[in-house]
Amino acid sequence: MLKRKLILIGNGMAGIRTIEEILKLDPDGFDITVFGSEPHPNYNRIQLSKVLQGDTTVADITLNDWNWYESNNIRLYPGESVINVDTKKQIVYTDKNREEPYDKLIIATGSNPFMLPLPGSDKQGVTAFRDIKDCETMLQYSKKYKKAAVIGGGLLGLEAARGLLNLGMKVDVIHINEYIMDRQLDREAGKLLQKELENQGMNFLLNKQTTEILGKKQVTGLRFKTGEKIAADLVVMAVGIKPNVALAEKSGIPVNRGIVVNDYMETDIPNIFAVGECAEHRGMVYGLVAPLYQQGEALAKRICSVYDEGYKGSVLSSQLKVSGVDVFSTGKIREDENTKAIKMLDDWNGIYKKIMIEQGKIIGAVLFGNTKEGNRLLNLIKNGANIEEYTESNQTEESGASLVAQMTDDEVVCGCNGVTKGNIVSAINNDGLTTVEQVKGCTNASRSCGSCKSLVADILEFTLGDKYSEDHKESICACTTLTRDEVVDEIREKHLTHTREVMNVLGWKNDDGCSKCRPALNYYLGMLNPTEYKDERESRFVNERLHANIQNNGTFSVIPRMYGGVTNADDLRKIADVADKYKVKMIKLTGGQRINLLGVQKQDLPSIWAELGMPSGHGYAKGLRTVKTCVGADFCRFGTQDSVGMGIELEKKFEGLNGPHKIKMAVSACPRNCAESGIKDVGVVGLDGVWELYVGGNAGTDLREGDLFVKVKTKAEVLEWTGAFLQYYRETANYLERTSVWVGRLGIDHVKEKLEDKGFRDELNKRMDITLATVQEPWSETLKDENLVKRLYETVNVPVASK
Amino acid sequence: MVENTLGRVLIGKYSDLPERLGKTAFVGKEEIALFKLANGKVRAIKNRCPHKGGVLAEGMVSGEHVFCPMHDWKINVCDGQVQAPDHGCVKAYKVEVEENLVYIVI
Ligand SMILES: Cc1cc2nc3c(=O)[nH]c(=O)nc-3n(C[C@H](O)[C@H](O)[C@H](O)COP(=O)(O)OP(=O)(O)OC[C@H]3O[C@@H](n4cnc5c(N)ncnc54)[C@H](O)[C@@H]3O)c2cc1C
Ligand code: SF4
Ligand code: FES
Repeated sequence: MLKRKLILIGNGMAGIRTIEEILKLDPDGFDITVFGSEPHPNYNRIQLSKVLQGDTTVADITLNDWNWYESNNIRLYPGESVINVDTKKQIVYTDKNREEPYDKLIIATGSNPFMLPLPGSDKQGVTAFRDIKDCETMLQYSKKYKKAAVIGGGLLGLEAARGLLNLGMKVDVIHINEYIMDRQLDREAGKLLQKELENQGMNFLLNKQTTEILGKKQVTGLRFKTGEKIAADLVVMAVGIKPNVALAEKSGIPVNRGIVVNDYMETDIPNIFAVGECAEHRGMVYGLVAPLYQQGEALAKRICSVYDEGYKGSVLSSQLKVSGVDVFSTGKIREDENTKAIKMLDDWNGIYKKIMIEQGKIIGAVLFGNTKEGNRLLNLIKNGANIEEYTESNQTEESGASLVAQMTDDEVVCGCNGVTKGNIVSAINNDGLTTVEQVKGCTNASRSCGSCKSLVADILEFTLGDKYSEDHKESICACTTLTRDEVVDEIREKHLTHTREVMNVLGWKNDDGCSKCRPALNYYLGMLNPTEYKDERESRFVNERLHANIQNNGTFSVIPRMYGGVTNADDLRKIADVADKYKVKMIKLTGGQRINLLGVQKQDLPSIWAELGMPSGHGYAKGLRTVKTCVGADFCRFGTQDSVGMGIELEKKFEGLNGPHKIKMAVSACPRNCAESGIKDVGVVGLDGVWELYVGGNAGTDLREGDLFVKVKTKAEVLEWTGAFLQYYRETANYLERTSVWVGRLGIDHVKEKLEDKGFRDELNKRMDITLATVQEPWSETLKDENLVKRLYETVNVPVASK
Repeated sequence: MVENTLGRVLIGKYSDLPERLGKTAFVGKEEIALFKLANGKVRAIKNRCPHKGGVLAEGMVSGEHVFCPMHDWKINVCDGQVQAPDHGCVKAYKVEVEENLVYIVI
């Protein structure tokens, strides 16, 4: 059968969602072509706020990567815009002079941000907040400039403002009304929100109308109607969006506010459909994902000729994605003579709730501070429920589980991805899921905006009953329901000695484990029984299996050990010779003051190590990496102690130690802290006659200043306290938990109190010494073992002559 | 030297393959990841993850799956299918083991 040609204009969220639905219904029915103005594959626009706020990266918000297009035989033209459609001949024309005929055409061109037509709005430093490019502009400006102004105190403006604060800018939010988010909230909630955001560092200028953007080429500030001025190096406009209908208009497709469509997303022109923000359905234009996805489903059915009632419009709800703030609103929120409201204000805890009622039915709600009921209210509104239904069920029980019990199976829990309660319950039952993360992985619920997370947790609780308890029952991975502590206890009690034995005896769901539990079990077994346990290479992440650091292109990097960051001419010469001989791609100093040889082929690793003749620097290890040192008393005019000597001693003692995660140390010789001891797992600062130890510091993903742990007089004491601290961490932390998180979890006071007991310290150090005695230098170990070299480092080369 | 032509190529000895681990093989221009699974079977897939090109031969092997070392995508080594919630697939090759010799059909 000849495939029909389907063209999608607009590679965004609504359009691609429609294609996904079509592929589900009729995988082979169409020859699909997609045009997208942006040079990216389909990404999650919602998450741009989170990118800006630093919670995720642009690289991680792709929804469908290049490979998805390829494996579904979809021709994608990224960075290419359609500029005209010949609706008679059924051909689209692009800005790259391409012509493509179609049998069916979907327009999903989204919206354009509305830019206030102010004098000066074309200056450099004025941006919208709509796509990856805008996000990148803001990131760049935040590196050079200090002061930002966001025009618009709605959802988007506030999310942008929060992001800019996180990027270290000072932010003014300018809003034309007397309270923020006035489209979604009432005055009460708006004011509460404002207070909360002011506490987070935002500054609000309300009742202000901007009249001019100041500056020569680059913006320098804003002027308001009152004549007042403020300074700004970056201006973000977030005052609204308007459907992107230029193409439709030009091609003669009927447009009102958006492209006019019926319940089947059909335009007036045969074989042309519109979906998403560019479409107008029953007079409504939507700017949120959930309705667009519902439209996409209806459209897919139409295109695949599957009978359906069509799309009937959506009840909207919105939620602000700013951490620490819970606001939810849905339906009608303005009071008028026809409405009555139930209101509750708890000023002390910052909780506000308003439920709107019209003719006995719930028609809208605003929640602030506690948004748990949000989804339920939304569903009640959708079902046209009477207010009694809400008040009565509230009297009986308030728990999340009882809310869930009342939901029917086809009620949507995750609006973004269209996942119903029934989908989630059956996934929990069929796949034995026990955590929200697993449900997310299996069903996609809460994968987009995340606002339904607490409801998913409630459904888990409801479905699993006693088997679920939210805080302490975080199992180590999806293969088991046991927690870290339960697993460690069982290993101890039952004297288990092998990862497979643990999995068998403790009833793992997956015989062979996964990439989460295997390395964890391997670590716990070794930690509990250092002398007898035989480390399992195949349960180690590649870096620790091969003792070299894998790079994104599959080559490796080698970091020889250099105690305390000190080297000598001979070693440098050797390193240089090796770098030449093996054509190392780059020689780079690491953040830990070591030399890194990058771009080495796997099969060359053993000979490089042989020629270097140096021990492994463990630059990749979940264990002690480096001890960074400052110049110290011997050379520095401020130095009070021998930081270099102390660093070398620490490094020699603990080198090769495995830990739950990487461990970094530093020693400085005065409070100037040139070795950055304040942000290390263990940081030592030498003062006149005293060493200060700081612990739990981290410069990585969760930046944390180390806590002052103890002050001691001698080098021996530094080693003793460090040993006890590290061993206590090794014994009690979850695998992959950095000391920063661990100290945060246990509390520094607890750790101090425990370790102040000299007897306990000695026991810990004794166990530490037993462990250290088993440490083998991995590079020389590998070189001695021909079999190991063959098994792990050799590659097979088969020359072929093509037929 | 044996002159291989594309079709069935001899990769090497079965006993040389490390268990529950991957091995990299270059067959002409093709880069292939070979896996000897816990059940003794040998599987072969293209050595590039469909996500961002991670080398799969270095991933952790679990049952019939390998976890990409780059961002932990889970890929079935028998049919090359990426497991949910991610999606995509890698080319899978047919493997034949005769006596102690491993062949790939390419
Ligand atoms: C920062 C931000 C945060 C958001 N947060 C939320 C949220 O929390 N919850 C929520 O529900 N919604 C949120 N939204 C809104 C949501 O992202 C949109 O409703 C949704 O992306 C619209 O989907 P769409 O497919 O209609 O348009 P888009 O995703 O914008 O896709 C349209 C695509 O069409 C392309 N295009 C346009 N014209 C042409 C042409 N002529 N030829 C080829 N390609 C063309 C564009 O480049 C664009 O990529 C947010 C939006 C932003 C910007
Ligand atoms: S930390 Fe103090 S002693 Fe060490 S190099 Fe810096 S200034 Fe000198
Ligand atoms: S490259 Fe394989 S998971 Fe990212």
